[in-house]
Amino acid sequence: MSFLSLQNISRNFGPTRAVADVSLDVVQGEFFGLLGPSGCGKTTTLRMIAGLEKPDAGSIHFQDADITNLAPERRGFGMVFQNYALFPHLNVFENVAFGLRARHTSKTEMNERVTSALELVQLPGYGKRAIDELSGGQQQRVAIARAIAIEPALLLFDEPLSNLDVSLREETRSELRELVTRLGLTAVYVTHDQEEAFALCDRISVMVGGKLMQTGKPRELYEQPADIAVARFLGRNNLIRAVRLSSSDASNGQFKTLEGGHTLHLSINRDELAPLNKPVVLAIRPEHVQLSSNNESAENSLRGKVREIVFAGATSTVRVDANGLLLEALVLQPERFAANEEWNVILPQERLTLLKSEHG
Amino acid sequence: MKRDRLLLFLITAVVLVYGVIYPNLSVVATSFQRAGDWTLGNYREVLSQPVVIEAIVSSLGLSIATVLLCALVGVPLAFLFERFTFPGRRLFAAVAGLPLVLPPLVGAVAFIFLVGETGILAHGIQNLFRLQTPPWRLAGWPALLLFHTYTMYPFFYVLTGAGLRRIDASLAEAARSLGGSRFFVFTRVLAPQLTPSLIAAALLTFMTSMASFSAPLLFGGNVRVLTLEIFTARQRGDAAMAITETVVLAVISLGALIFFQRYEGTRKFAAATMKGAPRRPATIASGKARVLAAIAAVVFAVVLVLPVATLFLVSFAREGSWTTQTLPSAYTLANYQRLFGDPYAAEVFFNSFSMSAIAAVAALLWSFCVVTLLTKRERGKPAFLGQSGRRLLSLLILIPWALPGTVVAVSVAEAYGSPGSLLGSFVLVGTFWILPVVYFLRFMPLVVRALQASMEQLDPALAEAAGSLGARAWQRFVRVTLPLVWPGAVAGTLLAFVIALGEYVASVLVFVPANRPISIAIASELRDFNLGAAAAYGVVLIVIISISMVIAGKLERR
Repeated sequence: MSFLSLQNISRNFGPTRAVADVSLDVVQGEFFGLLGPSGCGKTTTLRMIAGLEKPDAGSIHFQDADITNLAPERRGFGMVFQNYALFPHLNVFENVAFGLRARHTSKTEMNERVTSALELVQLPGYGKRAIDELSGGQQQRVAIARAIAIEPALLLFDEPLSNLDVSLREETRSELRELVTRLGLTAVYVTHDQEEAFALCDRISVMVGGKLMQTGKPRELYEQPADIAVARFLGRNNLIRAVRLSSSDASNGQFKTLEGGHTLHLSINRDELAPLNKPVVLAIRPEHVQLSSNNESAENSLRGKVREIVFAGATSTVRVDANGLLLEALVLQPERFAANEEWNVILPQERLTLLKSEHG
Repeated sequence: MKRDRLLLFLITAVVLVYGVIYPNLSVVATSFQRAGDWTLGNYREVLSQPVVIEAIVSSLGLSIATVLLCALVGVPLAFLFERFTFPGRRLFAAVAGLPLVLPPLVGAVAFIFLVGETGILAHGIQNLFRLQTPPWRLAGWPALLLFHTYTMYPFFYVLTGAGLRRIDASLAEAARSLGGSRFFVFTRVLAPQLTPSLIAAALLTFMTSMASFSAPLLFGGNVRVLTLEIFTARQRGDAAMAITETVVLAVISLGALIFFQRYEGTRKFAAATMKGAPRRPATIASGKARVLAAIAAVVFAVVLVLPVATLFLVSFAREGSWTTQTLPSAYTLANYQRLFGDPYAAEVFFNSFSMSAIAAVAALLWSFCVVTLLTKRERGKPAFLGQSGRRLLSLLILIPWALPGTVVAVSVAEAYGSPGSLLGSFVLVGTFWILPVVYFLRFMPLVVRALQASMEQLDPALAEAAGSLGARAWQRFVRVTLPLVWPGAVAGTLLAFVIALGEYVASVLVFVPANRPISIAIASELRDFNLGAAAAYGVVLIVIISISMVIAGKLERR
């Protein structure tokens, strides 16, 4: 039995398919992320969970009850909006108390719960303040306090940190995670920021173009992207177009790169991913690309010329041209490299991932 | 630099002293004087007359009732048309503002033709049921309230609609996700957010109703309102009475303005500064509600257009062909031929056009002086006027707009009706120039406001950029500011021009044979029962106004 379950939900806006056939399950107590580029349908999916948008097809179950058509006010989910949606005509206390008033909570209990919610978000004594007297970060905390004051069965976040500056964002991020864990809440968190999703979430679904591409733990998504779109979206990746050679079998796959014409070896664990004589894409993270001055005989070693060295603090990027195949490698000591030098570029077999192609 | 601004300030100050401060003060002063002595006698006498007390009560009652009725019609309509999509929505949106551009006198005439006791509806029912007498008389409270609701409901419709569009839909969504029912969300979130729009609409409606003159004159029956009392007192030659009543009317109007604005200031607007905000609420595009909304739209569009359509019809009626019939029995172009052939009519059109144009252009030129003083200076340079100075300036400009036309006309007539200290031996009253001056005073706030709005949208960095490229002050104005603000300014000027074109309330008090405007001609044709001719004048006015409004709309969208 899953806690929250979306089954084949779709939503169209006129001719656009905002969400197409999305299914996912959220386990009780987990911090679940919906990650994707803007316009990918993640916010629409969240709004359907909240009941603010009705799916055209599919169903949503919560604790085994069908809530697809339940009005938002009867779901008891707390939601934190991207623009906070704080009521400008009410002060901080009244904003946080809003959901409790709607529930006709007694005065003493309301006072207690609002006070404790404000303490939880570290704004004790701010009750009398007007909303426009608060900084962006404080408004953000009020929005969270308002959502947790109703003791929600599920917390929904719609890019809640995107209006904060970078330094505040990281601080608030860890506080938020700590708060949700401490209260034992289940959360669904929408963001387009991969780093934020990785830092916060137990599991993540990546959405692209209205479709759910892959669900998994952050590390799984990062190291074994199932798909080109996911690989492209999750950080920098070397994408290598290649065709499988007919001489290869599953345990000893051989691929010829379209650029450069190099032969690469890697084992194929799922045969259907690599049809013969059809272009496929291999991915490898820049931090896994090794540059070496010897080791010429190593497996998957290519000869490449350094094109550019980009210094970026702790790590730097070296761009190498291996006979027309452009690759990026992360290095710790950029001073070892100089433009136009020749190096051996090693693509370790276990780091190469075979991606599901966009057409197959 | 400083000298330029001093010149602008002097021009502004002279206009305000001559046009606003002196006339209003002189009316107030005169109302406290009798045969050169200071006294409260005028007030004692005026306020002891039951007719006057009745007029004050009637004016207030009419205005309050008008506000309530307009809210009752305008607010639900705004919800209907903002929250539903259905066929006919655009049509309605196009005609909804129609009553706003209809000159009150023309509207009142059209109303008489449609629902008056000898109008199309009354005749139709009388002929259908073979009644001896007309089924109703268009007179008194019901007639006034019907007409006021028809002409002023757009204030509520337009402002509530704008208010609804401004509300960030995520507020209502947040409220619902927190467990609020639809009703709870409406009373706790939507209504407080709409309050500023409703107050603004109530203010406009109240002030317009207070100043209403044409309808009480034509079909007020035994309802005597203040504007009418002032008019008849002047006709009788009772100057003291007219002036004292004018002060009473002015005090009520300004009091209402202060009351409403104070209330408005206590409310807070949503600050839509966040990324992604505001979200527009989804419109409901299906179901029974949609059918009902579509029917309502058609009904209202017909109701809105009917008076104007009637006016068109009557303008083609042959004189004497419309006595007891439901519709005129014979049609002709004679009314229009007369309008364009008759030297008297030509003179009337020339008068209205020239006087309105003089007033509007003067208002445009002057508003550049004012707005330059009102807008905050470029960064790093001191403002010519401090904040309180700018506030006082805005207030002085607002006064002639807030005061009923009757008050403006009476005060100018009082101030410049005899040789005096400000104009020497020149007497403005009785000359052609009195009406252009009154039009200028009444409608210049519209132009100032339009120009100010355009100026405020201007990014100050543009002038700074021009300055950094070496442009002098006048070059910055001509090459950067002017090309960007002129569409808004011209749109505001056109608006002032067309309103002046149909002006009646003030004109009727101070016109002379040499500057008889269109509205006076309409009223006199109506008095002579030349219904076709009166209607033809009205139609020509409506056509000119419509064309101007289309042009103004196009300019504003640039």
